[in-house]
Amino acid sequence: MTDVQHSGSRGPRPAGEVRPAASPAAVEVRAVDKVFETRTGQVHALEAIDLSIAPGEFVSLIGPSGCGKSTLMRLVADLDQPSGGTLTVFGKSAKQARLDQDYGIAFQQAGLLPWRTVAANVALPLELHGAASADRRSRVAHLLEMVGLSDFADRYPDQLSGGMQQRVAIARALAEQPRLLLMDEPFGALDEMTREKMQTELVRISAETGAAVVFVTHSIPEAVFLSDRVVVMSPRPGRIQQVVPMRLGAEAERAARTEELREERAFFDMVTAVREALHGGAPAPSVPRGVENR
Amino acid sequence: MTATTAGRPSRMSPRTEATLRIVAPIAVGLIVLGLWQFLVSVVGVSDYLLPSPASIIEEFVEFWPSIVSATIVTGTNALIGLIVGSLLGILLAAVAARWKVVDRMSAPVVAALAVVPIVALAPVLNSMFGADSQFGRQAIAALASFVPVFINTLRGFRQTAPVHRDLMKAYAASPQQVLRSLTLPTAVPFVLTGIRIASSLAVISALVAEYFGGPRGGLGALISTSAASSAYARAWAYVLASIALGLAFYLVTLGLERLVLRRGPAGGAR
Repeated sequence: MTDVQHSGSRGPRPAGEVRPAASPAAVEVRAVDKVFETRTGQVHALEAIDLSIAPGEFVSLIGPSGCGKSTLMRLVADLDQPSGGTLTVFGKSAKQARLDQDYGIAFQQAGLLPWRTVAANVALPLELHGAASADRRSRVAHLLEMVGLSDFADRYPDQLSGGMQQRVAIARALAEQPRLLLMDEPFGALDEMTREKMQTELVRISAETGAAVVFVTHSIPEAVFLSDRVVVMSPRPGRIQQVVPMRLGAEAERAARTEELREERAFFDMVTAVREALHGGAPAPSVPRGVENR
Repeated sequence: MTATTAGRPSRMSPRTEATLRIVAPIAVGLIVLGLWQFLVSVVGVSDYLLPSPASIIEEFVEFWPSIVSATIVTGTNALIGLIVGSLLGILLAAVAARWKVVDRMSAPVVAALAVVPIVALAPVLNSMFGADSQFGRQAIAALASFVPVFINTLRGFRQTAPVHRDLMKAYAASPQQVLRSLTLPTAVPFVLTGIRIASSLAVISALVAEYFGGPRGGLGALISTSAASSAYARAWAYVLASIALGLAFYLVTLGLERLVLRRGPAGGAR
């Protein structure tokens, strides 16, 4: 991950951001509101959201059900439009970023097409965007290898376990080497063992691809294990309560996050910090913060 | 993590189960036939009331050429009706799924068609298109086929999962791409179910329509002629041929459904 990409003159840098202002932020959210009109009246899903995510950064959105974390991700994906405020992705409007296919996306459900094989599912975005069939094949083979499903290329989704389906969905999300990966509780339906394995794989994959990740979850350990920063949200209306920077593995590469980390003291300290942020938003002064100031 | 194998718990081996599935209905059929023959030849039920299986088979063999040609006539009417009705049903369902207005306009018409016994139109259509035309029968078969195909297809077009629609939007897929890679494949199992249901209806309608006049030569016409001339065993032989025809239609469409859905989503419409 290099910091020197093409220098976008647009895209104001947020205060407190450490990375050099060489490229526009992966995601820039400014004063975003989202109001849903329902039959019983207006529902304020999000209120005054400010958030900036740097290229290559892994940010988790965490909070109780109904805090609007999924809504925020859908706004970034341009699956819904904000009611107010501005939202840019790599310096462009969310819609333009969607049309330009700047992001890959994975949902809570794997959402595979049941009439397509595993390989054909992964190839779907490449097919839709007109990739040549030879490139498509080699890319799919590479992706399936990455998620460890090369032997299952010709299987159909209903022949796979939930964890394997989710891996296929992640491979599909990565198909076009997006610089931004949006994930809405992708491991929510998995058992704990599979989940930890998938988290480790995701850490490896995101380090390999250098993509920024917006990861929606309601698991504190998951957020802590994966993220550079954890955005703690509160419900009704959805607000950002606190942004907790993760010290874990910040000195080293992200790939250095291994299973051992789950048992380190620092990991539990961070879990505590996020938990305290979630419950009442009281500051947690006893928790040592990282020397890194991001 | 391992792939889930599609094994259902059963004490019988799959082989025994498959054999049993074929053998059991055949055994039941043979027992019924034996009982039937016994009633007629030993108990002495009158041949007018109930012709024996043996005499029916005799007639079946004797009138074989006539049975074949009658089956072809009725089968052709049913097939043309099924194809035309299915095509119309799919086409109109696609239009109704695309434009809500069309859906609103067509809903009462389809509801009316669904409740009207379409065979009741036979005398009307026969007089409309002339007594020497097969068109009336084909039109009836088409109308009968149209309803289930239309209803199932329309439902199929509305089955796309929200997560799939989100995915297509995230991929910035064009409407044509969404239709080709999502909406149509989702609808296919429903369309095929509609056609399977329609296949039996097409045969029944084509056959029964022949009872109400029009050109002779079809199975329905021959059944009524034979019965009218007290050739009950022969009438039963034609009935046997009608059953075979209906079964053939059903099995072919079922086979088509299985073939296409070998790898489709589990379940689908019933």
